[in-house]
Formats: sequence, C-alpha cells, structure tokens
Amino acid sequence: MPELYVSGAALGALAVAAAVATLVRGPALAFVYPLSALAALALGAVDLHVLLGGGELVAWLPIGLPAIGLHLRLDALSAFFGIVINGGVLAASIYGMGFDRAKELTPRVEPLFPLFAAAMNLVLIADDAYAFLFSWELMSLTSWALVVARHTDPESRRASYLYLIMAAIGTSALLFAFGGLAGPAGGYGFDTIRAHPPQPLVAALVLAAALVGCGSKGGLIPLHAWLPLAHPAAPSHVSALMSGVMTKVAVYGFVRIAFDLLGPPSWWWALPPIVLGAVTAVLGLLYAVLDRDLKRVLAYSTIENIGVIFVALGLALAFRANGQHEGAAVAMAAALLHVLNHSWFKSLLFLGAGAVLHATGRRDLDGLGGLIHRMPRTAVFFLVGALAASALPPLNGFVSEWLLFQAVIAGHTLPQAALHFAAPAIGAMLALAAALAAACFVRVYGTAFLGRPRSVEAARAHDVPLAQQIAMGGLAFLCILGGLLGSVLAAVIAPVLRVLVGADLSSAGSGPTPLSLVALDPARSVYDAPVIALFVAIASITTLLVIHRLSARRTRRGPAWDCGFPDPSPATQYTASSFAQPLRRVYGAVVFAARETVVMPPPGDNRPAQFSVVLTDYVWRALYAAPGRAVLRLSERLNALQFLSIRRYLVLMFGALVILLSIAAVMI
Amino acid sequence: MTGGLVAQFLAQGAQMFFVLLIAPLAVGVVRRVKARLMRRQGAPLLQGYRDLAKLLRKESVVAENASWLFRAAPSLIFALTWVAAALIPSFASGLMFNWAADVVALVALLGAARALLALAGMDVGTSFGGIGSSREMMIATLAEPAMMLIVLTLSIAAGTTRLAGVADFFIAEPLAVRVSMALSLLALVIVALAENARIPVDNPVTHLELTMVHEAMVLEYSGRHLALIEAAGMLKLVLYLSLLICLFAPFGMAPSTAGVGGWAVGLLVWTAKLLGGAALLGVWEVSIAKMRVFRLPDFVGIAFVFAFLAILLAFLSRGAIE
Amino acid sequence: MSQVYDISHLLAGVMLVTSFALLYQQRIAAVLNAFAAQSITLALAVAWAAWSENRPDLFITALIAFSLKGVVIPVALHRTVARLGIHREVEKVVGVGAALMVGLALTALAQALVVKIAQGPASQAREELALALAIILMGFLMMIVRRNAVTQIVGFMSMENGLILAATGARGMPLVVEISVAFSVLIALFVFAVFVFRIRERFDTIDIEALDRMRGDRR
Repeated sequence: MPELYVSGAALGALAVAAAVATLVRGPALAFVYPLSALAALALGAVDLHVLLGGGELVAWLPIGLPAIGLHLRLDALSAFFGIVINGGVLAASIYGMGFDRAKELTPRVEPLFPLFAAAMNLVLIADDAYAFLFSWELMSLTSWALVVARHTDPESRRASYLYLIMAAIGTSALLFAFGGLAGPAGGYGFDTIRAHPPQPLVAALVLAAALVGCGSKGGLIPLHAWLPLAHPAAPSHVSALMSGVMTKVAVYGFVRIAFDLLGPPSWWWALPPIVLGAVTAVLGLLYAVLDRDLKRVLAYSTIENIGVIFVALGLALAFRANGQHEGAAVAMAAALLHVLNHSWFKSLLFLGAGAVLHATGRRDLDGLGGLIHRMPRTAVFFLVGALAASALPPLNGFVSEWLLFQAVIAGHTLPQAALHFAAPAIGAMLALAAALAAACFVRVYGTAFLGRPRSVEAARAHDVPLAQQIAMGGLAFLCILGGLLGSVLAAVIAPVLRVLVGADLSSAGSGPTPLSLVALDPARSVYDAPVIALFVAIASITTLLVIHRLSARRTRRGPAWDCGFPDPSPATQYTASSFAQPLRRVYGAVVFAARETVVMPPPGDNRPAQFSVVLTDYVWRALYAAPGRAVLRLSERLNALQFLSIRRYLVLMFGALVILLSIAAVMI
Repeated sequence: MTGGLVAQFLAQGAQMFFVLLIAPLAVGVVRRVKARLMRRQGAPLLQGYRDLAKLLRKESVVAENASWLFRAAPSLIFALTWVAAALIPSFASGLMFNWAADVVALVALLGAARALLALAGMDVGTSFGGIGSSREMMIATLAEPAMMLIVLTLSIAAGTTRLAGVADFFIAEPLAVRVSMALSLLALVIVALAENARIPVDNPVTHLELTMVHEAMVLEYSGRHLALIEAAGMLKLVLYLSLLICLFAPFGMAPSTAGVGGWAVGLLVWTAKLLGGAALLGVWEVSIAKMRVFRLPDFVGIAFVFAFLAILLAFLSRGAIE
Repeated sequence: MSQVYDISHLLAGVMLVTSFALLYQQRIAAVLNAFAAQSITLALAVAWAAWSENRPDLFITALIAFSLKGVVIPVALHRTVARLGIHREVEKVVGVGAALMVGLALTALAQALVVKIAQGPASQAREELALALAIILMGFLMMIVRRNAVTQIVGFMSMENGLILAATGARGMPLVVEISVAFSVLIALFVFAVFVFRIRERFDTIDIEALDRMRGDRR
C-alpha cells in the first residue's frame, strides 16, 4: 500500500519539521512552510485518492497504551475532512512562504505550525478513543501555544487563558463521551464501539457530551466565548487554520460520534444540534455585525457557519431517524459541502485580513478604508471571499446554503410535531442569518476596502508579496469554481453520504444539464449555477455592448457629489459603527439590551458631544460570570416569589398552563 | 424536436425582451396613477423610456476616488436583475430556462444584486452612500426571513420550489378561499414593497430626505451608469409584480406546450395583469404615508407574522389540501 | 362541502389574524377597533355555521356577539377611554415584536396539541378547535403583556371570543351554555369596569402596577 507510506512520510516530515524548527533561528525558519506545503499536498492527494477510489487505509502501531497500541484508519469520511484540512494547511503554508524572512518569522510560531497541522490530520485518522483524544489534545495544545505566541499582548494572554480552560472542558466532555461509548466492557477501538452501540439513555448522555466537547471546539453558542478572542489573537495564517480548518475537526468529531459510533438515531437527537445551531447562526452574526475588529468579525462569522453546519447535521439526523434517506442525503450534503466551502472562504478571508494587517498594521475597521486602491489584488480576492461568505450566487457559499434550504423545506414531511413545527422557524432563522451575513460582509468590505482611507496607515498601504497573493488567489479561484461546480463536488462526496446516511444526492445526470444540482427530485428543485452564470454573463456583455453603442461614452472624473455638500474629511464617511447602527437598533435592543446615550453640551459650551453605546452580552453574563453570584441571585429570586403582582402571578399560572399543554402535546 | 427547441429558445429570448420592454411602462403607470389621484396632470406614460434615453445620452460623472467596483456595479446589477426577472414564468409557464433557478436561487440572485448596490454605495465614501447602504441591508434582514417562509408555504402546497411548477399547480387547482394563501399573498406584497423601496418603506421620488434609502445609495451615479441602475429598479418592480401574478393569479398563463398563438394570448393577459398591478401600487402609494425608518421592523414584521401564520395554517389544513 | 369548510376556516383564520392585530396595535383606540373586528368576524363565523349546518339557534349567539361585543362594548370602552382621558398609547410590558413571536409559538403549540388529541375524521372541527385554542391563548397572552386595565379587559374578552368559536365548532353544545358564557363575561366585564373606576378614583391611574405601590413590601 504505497498510500500508507506516503501519508506516513508526510506526517513524519511535519514532525521532523517541527523538531528541526525548534533548533534553528532566524531566516532559516522559513524552511517550515515549503515543507508543510509539500506534506499537506501529499496528505491531501492520499485523501483524495481514498475518497475517489473507495476502500480505506488501516494501520496499527505498537505505541501508546500497552496492549492497545495505536489504531489508525482512513475511511471516506476521514478522507473528506482530510481534504478540507490539508487544503487549508496548503493555503496557509503558501501564504507563510511570503513572510518577510527578517521580521516575521518567530521561533514561537514556526515550530508549532507543522505540529498543529499534523495533529489535525491525526485526529481524522484515529481509530480508537485513545488515539482520538491524544491527537485532539495535541491539536488543542499546539493551537493554544500558537495563540499565546504574542504573549506580550495582555489581550492575547487573556484569550489564551480562556481558550485553555474551554479546551480542557471540551476534552473532558469528549473523554466522558468515549467512556460512555466504550461501556463497562471498555472496548476503546472504534470498530468495537460500532459493533456494540450503547443503550438509549447512555447514547443520550454521549450525544450531550459530544455536543459539549465538539461544540466548544467549534464555537457553538453558548460555548463560543473563547473563539472570537483566541482565533484573532494568533498570527493570521494560523487564524485561517484555526477558523477555517480546526473548527471542521470539531464537526468531524461530532459526525464521527453521532453518525458512525452511536448507532441508529432516535428522532429527538436532532433537536439539540438544530436548536443550538440555529441560535448560534443568528447570534454569531449579530455579534459579528456589531464588532469593529476585522479579525474578530471573521471569527464571529465562523461561529455562524458552524451553527449552519450543525443545523444541517441535526436535520440529517432527523431524516435518518425517520428513514427518509433522500432528505438525509440532502441535509448531510449541505453540511459537508458547507464544511468544504467554509474552509475555503474563511481561510481566504483570514489570509486577506492578515494581508490588511501586514499592510496597515491595524485591524480596527474604523481605521481602514480605501484599500481597494492601494491593495488591488487583495481587494479582489477579499471581495470574492466576502460574497461567498454572504451566501450569494454564483459563489460556493450559496451552493451549500441552497441545499440546506431544500432540506429545511423538506422538513415539513417529518412526522414528529416538534421537528415539523421547527422547520419553518429554522428556515426563517437561517434566512435571517443569510441576510445578516450579507449585511456583515458589505459592512466589512465597505469600510475596510471601499471609501476613503481613515488613517495614515491605510492611506500608505501596499499590496502583499506574491506568495501571499497566490495563496489568496487560489482560494478565491476555488470559491468561484466550487460555486459553479457544486454538483461535481456533490458527486465527489457521494461515498461519504452513502456511508453516513445510506443514500446520495440524485444528481448524476438526472437534472436538466449534467452540472445541475438537484435536491430530492429534478421535478422539485434544481439549481444550475453554470447556466445562471452563463445567462448573467451574456446579459452583462449584451448590456455593455448595447450601452457602448447607444450611449455617450464620455466619462468625466469630478469631485464627489454628496448632495452638493462634499466634505473632504474622511471622518464624514460612514464607519463600521455607523453602518451597524440600524441593525443595532433593530436587533441589538432585544438581543444585547443595547442602550444609546448622547451627551450634548449646552450651547456656548465647546466640549464635544459624546455618544456611547452599552451592549450586554447575556451569554457571557449568564454562563461565565462567577457561579457564586448566580446562587445568591437564585436564592433571592425564590424569596421574591412570595411578593408578586397580580400580573406576575398570572404569568406563573400561564407559564404552568403552557408547560403542561406542551407536555401533553409531546407525551400523548 | 429541434424546431420545438428553437421555438423555446425564442420564447425565452422573447420573455427577456418583453420584461425589459415593459418595465419603464409599468413605472410610468404607477407614476401616472399617483399623479392623477393627486389631481396633477402627471408625466406621460412613456416618460420612463425618455428618462432612460436622456440618461444614456448624457456624460457620466464619476467621483475622483471611485474604484472599478463603482463603475462595474451598474452593469452587473442590471444583468443580475434582468436574468432574475426573466426566470419568472410570465406569459407562459415552463419556458426554456426557468428551471435553472428555483425560488430560493431567485431570491439569492436579487440578494447578490442588492449586495453589489450596497457596496457601490459605500465606494465613494460619502455619508449619504453609507446611510443608504446600511439601511438597505437592515431592511433586507427584515424581509428575507418573511420571504423564506412564503417560499416554504408555497412549496408545501405545490410540492416544488420551481416557480413554473408552483404556477402549474395553481392553474390546475383554482385558488379557493384559503387563509394560508391569502396570508402569504399579503406577506409577499409587504416584502415586495420593502424590496422595491416603495412607500411606506422608502419614497422613490424624493431626494435629500433623511429617510431615504435606495436613492441615497445611487446618489453618486449619473449618465449611463444611472440609466442602468434605474432600469434595474424598474425591472425589479416588474419582477415582483410578475412573481405575485405567477403565484397568486396565474390564470391565462400559456402552458409551455402552447404554440405562438397561445403565447400571444398569454402575453396580452400578462401585460394587462402587470399594468393592473402597477395601477394598484399607485393607488396604494397615494393612500399611505412614508414610515419612520425605525418603525419599519414593525411593518415588515407583519409580513413575517403573516407568513408564519400561513405556514401554520397550511400545516393544519394540509389534510384538506391533499 | 369544501366551500363550507373553506369559508368557516377563512373566518376562523381571520379571527386569529385579528388576535395578532390586538397584540400589534400601539394605540388603545386601534386595539378596540381590532377587538370589534374580531367580534364581528366571530359573529359572521357563528352565523355561517348556523346557516350551513342548519342550526338556527346559533343565530342568537351570532347576534349577541355582533351587537354586544362588536358594537356596544367597543363603543362603551371608546367612550370610557375618552372620558377618563387616559393615555392613548398602549402600555407594554413586552415589546410588539417579542409578543408577536410568542403568539406564533403559542399558535404552533395549539395546533400541535389539537392535532395530537383530536385525531379522527372530523378534520374540520379539529382545525376550528386548534384556531380557537390559539385565540384563547393569545387572549391570555394579551392580558399578561399589556399593562393597562382596558387592554386587559380586551384580552379577556378576546379569550372569550375564542371560547365561543370553540363552542360553535363542537356540535351539540346547547345555546344555554353559550348564553351563560356570554353573561359570565358580561359580569366579569362589570367587575373589571368597577375596578377601572375604583382604581381611577383612588390612584388617579389605571395602571395596575400602581396597586403594587400600595403594598409597600417591594423595593
């Protein structure tokens, strides 16, 4: 089996690179990136080979726990996620090749980078609980060390501290999950677990633990708090890996446990991922749309996308539990394609943010602006990523979003009332998330790249080195290609779908054209991106030709019109904060209890007027504030029950009534 | 067979041509009806064409710091809106290419046009452009969930998200007094008002008003660029009117197998319905006032509530529908 | 038969929509108008049932609903509001948007429940029952999320509208019951009215939170 040797050699190369990098200093560290790129290429090729060719690779190494050893296995599911991860590693490595050898290489980052990449690959091929947890923890620790690389910055220290705590909680939850899976007999190999699925009650506990363990790594609300702090704190190419790729390892963990190891699902397993995912999708974007830090906005957007993926996974569970394999295939295809698509556009966006940071030294949106003139290439690539992240056709983000909407629409055929009624609510929340994503990325792009520069640094920006442009350009190309050839990607992941849900998309050739993406039935729903793109291209070319012929071709450059009062100061532009104001008014008042105060000095007083906004993060307050205070408040609450108004007693009665009716609705 | 194919191609081409041809007239009807109801003479019905011709003839003034995005956006916005408008079955159902995008994809195409317009509004870096873009995106976040729910209701009823399929379903099954459909219609009307920047969401005839949304975004455009943006706006109006007609009043639509004669009849009926819809819009616009921007969540929220109620009622009466 | 079904379904659906309108309105006058519209729709629905199912006694219920709740009570409340000179704005505990979302959830709950408990061939009665239950729950919700006593009365009567709708849907419910239901509501209305005036006299406001201040044991 040559593939086995190739991947072994590639993983070995990563480990050696890490080891050697600890020994060298200065410009010599640059060797890490070409080597990582090569290793990622080799690993990705093996993954692709396994995914397309079928079959699987199995290995057993006599290291690790005595008498157990280390079981490794690369099946279709691992291979798919392997492609996602190694694609991200490849892009980040190419980006890293563009680093300034004198200034930007540090012995705190370069040795850990290949180790981090290797750890993520190891998680995917682990075939027993011990190997899985070991590599999971290795992945957590290496990424933590990368976050803390800039330890002089107090923000970074705080972020890494929180990250360490959350990673520990996540891993212990996974430890618990695998304990439950192994059962009293203690079979820790995945094949043993698969052969003996746990009892229903145990399965429920395992599912909850898996949701906590993988959800905390992926940033599922309410376990997300560390993510928007930690991901931006790392160097940008590592941020791209953490956000674009490491969150996918979390998704992999959940898929592996819920779809593979846990046995046939019950329908209600679907509810927690669906509900948490939908809440995460909407809240993640509301955070994103109100934040002013470029990288933190991207990290919040990652949270949203993880939410979307978990909704799709939940729907797939629901369909599968009801034996609707076709629907399950649509939902699962949506989840997997979104994993792939998100890894591309989010890596692209983080690399773009890194380019902006490199060129201007700033990541606050309100200090940027006009970069489309100073960094033309980066601006084009970032635009592609931003539109893809907004789920707009014909880019790749929309393909998975479209499949997900089809799954939601099919959700009304689910027999259980809870799922049945959840479908429209989820659909509405996803639509809200999609619209908010568009708003969020118009805001990011509009303030960072368009308009006029808001700071000296932004006015003096310059485009990044060629290697970094190649990394971003390649990802942008993939975003476009993935958008047009969604049906091909769906065909590629068909083996994974067959393993996980027992059916695949009825795409191959059943649609009107060979490249049509079909959900469930060609008579029902078709999306044909190439045809639409062709039409838009024809229409715009026709328009341009006709306009060119008909119109006066004169174009004059003049000062901006701005209703007759153009102000030369760039401070009069809309900033990221002012762009967010309507959204903050509409959604922030409810979700974050946003309060605005304006202090206007009296006439004659020449102090400046002051405007301040206070946002309350309920999740943080509720889940991360000191537990002691919560206990205190609880006792106070109970005391207060004796002294209520008529209306509040009515609330209690009403609440009791509604709860009883709900119980009746579920139980009967 | 090839003859049929050619005819289908021609029909699709004809549809693209007709939606473009009728768009300025539809806007002209809206303006004319408004003017007459306000006891004004009003501009001639064909003023829309003249405006576009005038704008095309004029030179285009582009702000000094505008980027390529600013200049490329109008053609792209126009093309996206035009393709979306042409994908809706108008005078005949099941034309050549309307399978290429279902309702979900159609909404997303319009979303792409909107995002480009909002970006173009931010490009010059003026305060008005920003105000328009931010409000436009806010309104979109209100309208899209309602739109998604409407799509869901229709696809539950018709069993498909293809527009032609939905239209065929409603032709075959004449619309009875069905609450869920009525609620969906109301919700879609509200969404259409919001998306087309009509009163009470936005006022299409004013400039320099603190409440303006769409006009603020396109303030920096002139000449042929403005002509394209205006034409895209007109197409969008035709698109939503067509959508309403296709979903809730599809009678008279020619089946895809009809010959040229059938298509001619279908075209006449469609034109009449479209202009009738435009006239109704005119009546609506003079009878209601523009809302404050931050009252909009309540107004568009009605669409959401109606659309959700429609789904619940559709669930409830599914036994009756099937 | 399907036409009969469609129209009664339409009327019940319109009543549910007016329930949402009650929650949506910001001014007391508009709330009263929405309530009048709901009662008149109820009268139509009952009358339609009377005609289509040939149950003439139901016409009396329809007449009561129309005259009393569609005309007399709204007019009386309009005048009360005018005479008391209270705020024309509805005083809210929960915002309009949130209240509407809760209303939607309650509607879904009502349906899930009725679909579960009333399985059988009588799908028409089942759907009416689901809508009626939703209207009742929305009335209850209205009483909770609106602070002013007038809006609470309206919420209470809206609940009662839902009850009558349910009673109409359920065959064989004698008229006596309906009249008694209507009268009990009238009595409750008087009680509320007395309340309104008493509070007004004593505290110069009809905000029921004002009652709390008299207890003096909070905050």
